[in-house]
Amino acid sequence: MTLAPETTDLKVQLQLEEGGPDWFTVCDLSRLVPGRGVAALLPDGRQVALFRDRSGTLYAVDNRDPFCGAAVLSRGLTGTHQGRPFVASPLLKQRFDLVSGQCLDDETVRIATYGVRTA
Amino acid sequence: MTATEGATPTIVLVGHGMVGQRFLEALAERGLTATHRVVVLCEEPRPAYDRVALTSYFSGRTAEDLSMTDMAFIETHGIELYVGDPAETVDREAKKVVARSGRVFAYDTLVLATGSFPFVPPVPNKDAEGCFVYRTIDDLLAIEEYAATATTGAVVGGGLLGLEAAGALKGLGLTSHIVEFAPRLMPVQVDAGGGAALLRTIEDMGLTVHTGVGTQEIVVDESGAVTGMKLSDGSELATDLVVFSAGVRPRDQLARDCGLTVGERGGISVDEQCRTVTDPHVFAIGECALAADGRVYGLVAPGYEQAETAAATIADDESEQLSFTGADLSTKLKLLGVDVASFGDAHGAAEDCLDVVYSDSRAGLYKKLVIGRDGTLLGGILVGDADAYGTLRAFTGSVPPVAPESLVLPAGAGDSVQLGPSALPDEAIVCSCHNVSKGTIRGAVTEHSCTTVPEVKKCTKAGTGCGSCVKVLGQLVTAELEASGVEVDKGLCGCFSQTREELYEIVLALRINTYQDLLDRYGRDGARGGDGCDVCKPAIGSIIASLAPTIGASGYVLDGEQAALQETNDHFLANLQKNGSYSVVPRIPGGEITPEGLIVIGEIARDFGLYTKITGGQRIDMFGARVEQLPLIWTRLVDAGFESGHAYGKSLRTVKSCVGQTWCRYGVQDSVRMAIDLELRYRGLRSPHKLKSAVSGCARECAEAQSKDFGVIATSNGWNLYVGGNGGATPRHADLLAQDLTDAALIRLIDRFLMFYIRTADRLERTSTWLERIPGGLDHVRDVVVEDSLGICEELESLMTAHVAHYADEWATTINDPEKLARFVSFVNAPDTPDPVVGFVPEREQIKPDLPLLTIGHRPLEGSAQR
Ligand code: SRM
Ligand SMILES: Cc1cc2nc3c(=O)[nH]c(=O)nc-3n(C[C@H](O)[C@H](O)[C@H](O)COP(=O)(O)OP(=O)(O)OC[C@H]3O[C@@H](n4cnc5c(N)ncnc54)[C@H](O)[C@@H]3O)c2cc1C
Ligand code: SF4
Ligand code: FES
Repeated sequence: MTLAPETTDLKVQLQLEEGGPDWFTVCDLSRLVPGRGVAALLPDGRQVALFRDRSGTLYAVDNRDPFCGAAVLSRGLTGTHQGRPFVASPLLKQRFDLVSGQCLDDETVRIATYGVRTA
Repeated sequence: MTATEGATPTIVLVGHGMVGQRFLEALAERGLTATHRVVVLCEEPRPAYDRVALTSYFSGRTAEDLSMTDMAFIETHGIELYVGDPAETVDREAKKVVARSGRVFAYDTLVLATGSFPFVPPVPNKDAEGCFVYRTIDDLLAIEEYAATATTGAVVGGGLLGLEAAGALKGLGLTSHIVEFAPRLMPVQVDAGGGAALLRTIEDMGLTVHTGVGTQEIVVDESGAVTGMKLSDGSELATDLVVFSAGVRPRDQLARDCGLTVGERGGISVDEQCRTVTDPHVFAIGECALAADGRVYGLVAPGYEQAETAAATIADDESEQLSFTGADLSTKLKLLGVDVASFGDAHGAAEDCLDVVYSDSRAGLYKKLVIGRDGTLLGGILVGDADAYGTLRAFTGSVPPVAPESLVLPAGAGDSVQLGPSALPDEAIVCSCHNVSKGTIRGAVTEHSCTTVPEVKKCTKAGTGCGSCVKVLGQLVTAELEASGVEVDKGLCGCFSQTREELYEIVLALRINTYQDLLDRYGRDGARGGDGCDVCKPAIGSIIASLAPTIGASGYVLDGEQAALQETNDHFLANLQKNGSYSVVPRIPGGEITPEGLIVIGEIARDFGLYTKITGGQRIDMFGARVEQLPLIWTRLVDAGFESGHAYGKSLRTVKSCVGQTWCRYGVQDSVRMAIDLELRYRGLRSPHKLKSAVSGCARECAEAQSKDFGVIATSNGWNLYVGGNGGATPRHADLLAQDLTDAALIRLIDRFLMFYIRTADRLERTSTWLERIPGGLDHVRDVVVEDSLGICEELESLMTAHVAHYADEWATTINDPEKLARFVSFVNAPDTPDPVVGFVPEREQIKPDLPLLTIGHRPLEGSAQR
């Protein structure tokens, strides 16, 4: 894998309301390193963790680690578990499904997810 | 203090040595400490300690380390222990013991466990100043003190203890001689061939051996101190110090004085229950006893068996009738680093038996098996390589399933075979210290569902004595688990079926330098082409980083794909704290820092409002930095000459040092210089887990080197290297790997040791657990890195050389790389906005995280299950 800077000027956009019409532009796609995340700040103060996997698929979940309270999920390691993409919190390592927000290590915990696209 | 009629019955134990202590444990296990008053008279100034490991005192173990007595055990069981108060007389009529202090104890049962005393041949001046024996900790303290003013030492007696004593004298820096009356060393354990192999190896170590000569007189100067000894061949040997190690004699004087029968050559006569033949109320166990088979046993395992027998007899439990009818004299020792083992009928005393011998005196190898007419293995002797001891001992008394000669040939020669323990019958005794059979060990796995060696050790006690059976134990446990269908998937994680060690070999051999390449070619079926997981990514990231220069990968952990493999701490080159802020730890090699350096750190901490603390690793940690402040802080640190301390990495942390010779009145080498050299050499080296080190300037060990992954202690001749130490949750004292090394030899050995660890350890396995896990343990590691038994040392050294040559400070690289710097922001779309969750409140004139900020409007913190 090489990390040649993107030559396109695609932007990453987040959906502000689930199913809603408003998309919020966050950054250039080139800022997302495959396998790593970045944090984005929404206009209302919410924090979102954005990820890009090896195949180019984007994911967006709440940035806050519900177990510890710190806004750090964007800094976790990603991977796949039984075919599901996940991020592991860098604090106490609980994993969260990037599509559903479900915690894989505690079924009672789920985090918010966001619609994400490039434009 | 006398027991009155009708009161609780009293057991008085005379002698608190190894066997006495075992007897107390056996009493407690059978509930006898609850029903009896138990009194112990202990002559030495300290309670029972590990006499077998006595010599390890000279390689750094303290008197406390050697202790076998847990005071909580003594107290819980209400045992009355009188330390430093020996029994002086026994009145069997009145059933009373009088101690030196004048205390009188009435007994119902008396147990004598008085051990042995060293035999000193009646030569003129044997009690002169400078003459010692080798039996107790006090003996060692006296030798150590006297040796400080001596240059030469001689040991009288070339048996097991004599060789240990000679090794100890050499370790104290003396030129050492061994004088043995018999024509060979260790006459009791080995035969002429074995003695020759041993002699060669021991002479190679720089000890001088005089066999076939007796000591006739100790020569003294006018003040009465030793200056030499006259030998039976007419020669005189100049020496400042003499240690007598000419055998031991049972301590049976107390028994003689009270009319108990003793053997012709000493030893208190007992029956198969260890009861004295004279008095049913008196028992004798351990080295002072003459067993029913007419022998006095000078080893600890038979003594333990006697202790159990006596306790079972006193308990008088129908269901447990033990008797002691004799014991196996098998021993495996490591003498001065040489393996020596003898088992069964080692000298071929049985009629009509045959020998199978392999001997290579160049390599110091000698192996002999004694075989009966019908092919039964009767015994044997191994010198130089005793790996097969555990299996061979267990096969003794049966016909081994393969030809005996194939068992003694070295691996690789002819048709040598490694006879696996799976071929053993269930009755075979695997652990002779605790008399544990193969069947019992298998039962621990199949019936008590133990799945690891430590669990089996705990469950069966096997392997907790001399340790010589642990290798076989490990093989049995694995074989049993596999047989019982427990699929032991040793794969690293769901993505790779290989172990970390196997992946390392693949990466190195095929020069694979990206994670994706490795995953796509060697991952499990479903994982190829995927994204990997949080277990294998950092583990493989670490392998790639360790080997970077050799496999053609970038040595910078944030380069390209490597950035995506790193744990968050390595990714931000700082340690993440609970509120999302980071801590900053610059390297302070050896803990040495200039006032200017301190001022720079102080100024930076003040300007950024950081909390500062002196760490346990002799440096300074600054906490509370937000991610976007890290590059600013590091720009100033790098400008002032600091570099990354890798407090975040699974890599070298610190090499602590004491002030050493430069300032300290005791120091014998420059420990600070060495600590700095080592820290600079190994900085940045990525490894399976973190690596810690320390260098002490003398044996007082102010730098705590023996708690480190590799620790160095100065000696007057150079450096001693210890490995496998650990603080943390499961502390472990480091083991001595090599002694009296020069600077260059020390560094070469550490290079090899670290690279061998990096190559073979599991992920997140500290050197301590690695050393306990790998087959063969310390001995194997020593063979590989000191003796180069695998022929890989050159490669290990060149890997380290490449690492050292390519080291670059990763913070300096980062602050000069705008693309990497762009990642150090709280928000990708608002680089100047700090994360509002990262807040602080004052405490003790500094700051601490504002924790309520973390919980506002959200779930409380509980349920944070850790993986
Ligand atoms: C800062 C410090 C405590 C202090 O205030 O003194 C510290 C702090 C941490 N230690 Fe430690 N350890 C510190 C000295 C020690 C020591 C003492 C020493 O090194 O002499 C030990 C015992 C010695 C040893 O490791 O054998 C120690 C044994 C541990 C362990 C247990 C390791 C083990 O093998 O059991 C962990 C957990 C781990 O690594 O898995 C740990 C982990 C940690 C971590 C990294 C936990 C974490 O992941 O957040 C802490 C974060 C530090 C930070 O954020 O900056 N720390 N830690 C010390 C830093 C020393 C330095 O200058 O680098
Ligand atoms: C350097 C060394 C290395 C050894 N290596 C090995 C080895 O590798 N393998 C092995 O199997 N064995 C080894 N041995 C032998 C082993 O240590 C002994 O077999 C074992 O200690 C015997 O235990 P014991 O309790 O009978 O005697 P001891 O351990 O000698 O204990 C007897 C105690 O009784 C005390 N005592 C004596 N008289 C009285 C009294 N009147 N009142 C109160 N207390 C009294 C003594 O002071 C002593 O503390 C070694 C011994 C030494 C010295
Ligand atoms: S270890 Fe020895 S040299 Fe170092 S400070 Fe302590 S006493 Fe001095
Ligand atoms: S044989 Fe000594 S511990 Fe097992």
